[in-house]
Amino acid sequence: MSVQTYGNTDLIAEDIEGYLVQHQHKSLLRFITCGSVDDGKSTLIGRLLYDSKMIFEDQMAALEADSKKVGTQGDDIDFALLVDGLAAEREQGITIDVAYRFFSTDRRKFIVADTPGHEQYTRNMVTGASTADLAVILIDARKGVLTQTRRHSFLVSLLGIPQVVLAVNKMDLVGWDQAIFDQIVADYRQFAAEIGLKDILAIPISGLKGDNIATASDQTPWYDGPTLMTHLETVEIGEDRMRTMPFRMPVQWVNRPNLDFRGFSGLISSGRVAPGDQIRVLPSGRTSTISRIVTLDGDLEEAVAGQSVTLTLEDEVDISRGDVIAVSDHPPEVADQFEINLVWMSEERLFPGRPYWMKIGAKLVSAQVTEIKHKVNVNTLEHLAGKALELNEIAVCNLSLDQAIPFEAYEADKDLGGFILIDRISNATVAAGMIKFALRRSSNIHWQATDVDKAARAAAKSQTGRVIWLTGLSGAGKSTIANLVEKRLHALGRHTYLLDGDNVRHGLNRDLGFTEEDRVENIRRVAEVSKLMVDAGLIVLTAFISPFRSERRMAREILSDGEFIEVYVQTPLAVAESRDVKGLYKKARAGELKNFTGVDSPYEEPENPELIVDTTTLSAVDAAERIVEWLESQG
Amino acid sequence: MQSETLSPSRLTHLQRLEAESIHIMREVAAEAERPVMMYSIGKDSAVMLHLAAKAFFPSRPPFPLLHVDTTWKFQAMYEMRAKMAEKLGMELIVHKNPEAEARGINPFDHGSALHTDMWKTEGLKQALEMNGFDAAFGGARRDEEKSRAKERVFSFRSANQRWDPKSQRPELWKLYNSRKAPGESIRVFPISNWTELDIWQYIHLEKIPIVPLYFAALRPVVERDGTLIMVDDDRMRLNPGEVPQMRKVRFRTLGCYPLSGAVESEAETLTAVIQEMLLTTTSERQGRMIDHDQAASMEKKKQEGYF
Repeated sequence: MSVQTYGNTDLIAEDIEGYLVQHQHKSLLRFITCGSVDDGKSTLIGRLLYDSKMIFEDQMAALEADSKKVGTQGDDIDFALLVDGLAAEREQGITIDVAYRFFSTDRRKFIVADTPGHEQYTRNMVTGASTADLAVILIDARKGVLTQTRRHSFLVSLLGIPQVVLAVNKMDLVGWDQAIFDQIVADYRQFAAEIGLKDILAIPISGLKGDNIATASDQTPWYDGPTLMTHLETVEIGEDRMRTMPFRMPVQWVNRPNLDFRGFSGLISSGRVAPGDQIRVLPSGRTSTISRIVTLDGDLEEAVAGQSVTLTLEDEVDISRGDVIAVSDHPPEVADQFEINLVWMSEERLFPGRPYWMKIGAKLVSAQVTEIKHKVNVNTLEHLAGKALELNEIAVCNLSLDQAIPFEAYEADKDLGGFILIDRISNATVAAGMIKFALRRSSNIHWQATDVDKAARAAAKSQTGRVIWLTGLSGAGKSTIANLVEKRLHALGRHTYLLDGDNVRHGLNRDLGFTEEDRVENIRRVAEVSKLMVDAGLIVLTAFISPFRSERRMAREILSDGEFIEVYVQTPLAVAESRDVKGLYKKARAGELKNFTGVDSPYEEPENPELIVDTTTLSAVDAAERIVEWLESQG
Repeated sequence: MQSETLSPSRLTHLQRLEAESIHIMREVAAEAERPVMMYSIGKDSAVMLHLAAKAFFPSRPPFPLLHVDTTWKFQAMYEMRAKMAEKLGMELIVHKNPEAEARGINPFDHGSALHTDMWKTEGLKQALEMNGFDAAFGGARRDEEKSRAKERVFSFRSANQRWDPKSQRPELWKLYNSRKAPGESIRVFPISNWTELDIWQYIHLEKIPIVPLYFAALRPVVERDGTLIMVDDDRMRLNPGEVPQMRKVRFRTLGCYPLSGAVESEAETLTAVIQEMLLTTTSERQGRMIDHDQAASMEKKKQEGYF
């Protein structure tokens, strides 16, 4: 077998044009090397660069000088010196970061992510692995499958790298003994099967001597597989698979050079797209048709996964950065709660409940880990309980977002399933996450976009849809005031609807009692109904005790900015109790009513309501008038 | 690359690199408040301009170009700069460090280290601060030098423009975190994953205009310590008895003319240049004299703010 070189030098010399045409059609393979300093990882990469003629004379001269000065190979060339970059690393003799190397043969261009092997550098390995199509896992033939081999393999499987090469290195030091090789491979395959790694090729090599790297070794007549280089040149590239999936493109940038052009720029993450294709925009659910695929080189007839393009649509659709344009009849799911795998990358610990920025695709949302289900010991794969995550720890967690996003399971689509978490104060990237699945069944139901929208419905009524949310103790006068407000608005020609606590409990919420759980659900339903009514363009009045801040906040958050008007109907408990219009306080005090707000269940006062009406100084009529005035002043 | 993209059975490595670079440029345009593209007039810059035009078409790239001028570039470079700015219709900001100008800093009296530090390192810091740029595109590649192999695509600089190798953010998948505190900035390297050969092939394929100094021609040069220096104007100091000779040379990298070494060559066309590059046996940066000043010099310069 001949040595694969940087280029066919004869062809370069005789027919440079022919050579360039050949090299235009090279593909690109990204791979990662996993192993420790002692396994000879840097030596292997140095050898690949050397054998593909990527080292120039001046570099070679410097390498020879360095090898004599600080090398570990006596008078031989120390290939590891080629790849250990930063000054600090040279002194310590270890690789502490991810370094990217490039080499190229007649068939392919390669990008190698060279990452450290020690456990304290798990985050670096995860970073390098995130973009890799293939992993080369190095094993020292003298040592066999070690704890670190298992750790590296687990990370490779976690990051979803489809192809694995088991490079059993330093075979020269065990006398090229086939029995040793076979035993290591058998041990490894057994373990690999447990973690779901399937596509494995084992190669006996010597990085130092170059055996089975670019040239088939005459020391291994018992091995009839390809050399490492041949395998790298011919193995299937994982990214090609994405073209066979349904079309998706996260929108990075809205392209508006002038009023006549509105395009959506992004990198197609999966599938293919052509003018005339029916598309759906997520999360809004709106549909349209692809009009053009615009590029500087002219419009395209088709574009595929991996290409950066600008799309225009037949209809005027509201699309912003972070939205996903997808094939209409097979859109991604939309959800706001997930089970995820999380790799913690920060020296500062993760605490569940703390909000972080989450970047997924081109979308930035607020997210919090609601629960650490279990941590994973990367060496033994044991599941451990934990309340917080430390640097380099890996866990299965539940994640909750402040809004629903389009997504795919990481396993199927890294672009729509892989994400990072960003600390809100330091802005550091603190975690890498992978979506396993959405936690709610409702995730499969898409919001059905309608052609007549909220703004159109409100405009037909010459008003702005809103919710006037009255909160306060029982007997504060919420229903009375709400009723008066509705009468006044009606007289002004406004379209309104009053949702009263008692009335709702007769129908929609008939199944609910007064436990804390049921009261939360009661308010959730009222909030959702209010939202639909606001969508219909109505001014909604609600009169519910709604005692908990978190539920009122939830109602505020499911509505758009400015739509939720919180009105605190303020009445001291003693005053409300003395009124006791329905005789409820009396019953509660007598123990006949459980969980009564103010008696044996708390009322959490609003912190920043839009309006406060104090019923000890205002009559119900004046309170209603004040609310109407405020509303009219808002337009 | 249109011919390649019509029903492609498989994307080529150049198509992948192009798509990745465009993706990076769009991320910055969408997230940074005041981005700028550093323009050095060399071949890597030419590719960057071309990619920017593609990334935002039919819009113009939504940022200006910045040339940190040392006043010692080749005349042919200044001509190219004027031509490209006009062709692309982008705003061009030229910054010259006023202190270096006042003190007449030049490579002859002050040496390459001080010259580079004052004009380039300091000049760049000034230009970024004066204009309030929070993201600056640069054309550095990871294959150029060992310390750059570990450079992130998004490289963070503290408020005083320093680079701290320990505080760089991990970059996973295609996700770049561009969030930063006021005063902090990012250098963004969209062509990080391109090699020198990729750059040349792309220039060839896309017919991108480059400065003619990359092609061999008869030029007046003097030989000093084995390096050929072109006498580009009458500021060139000649040693006693030194007479410029006309030799057929070209440049593999371009910078300040007294600091750029030429190589003897017959390559007058782009394909001939690529041919020569492929058959050559010395690496690209050898002609660039600032690297030879001290060991691990690029890493040190980067920490000080030079790129």
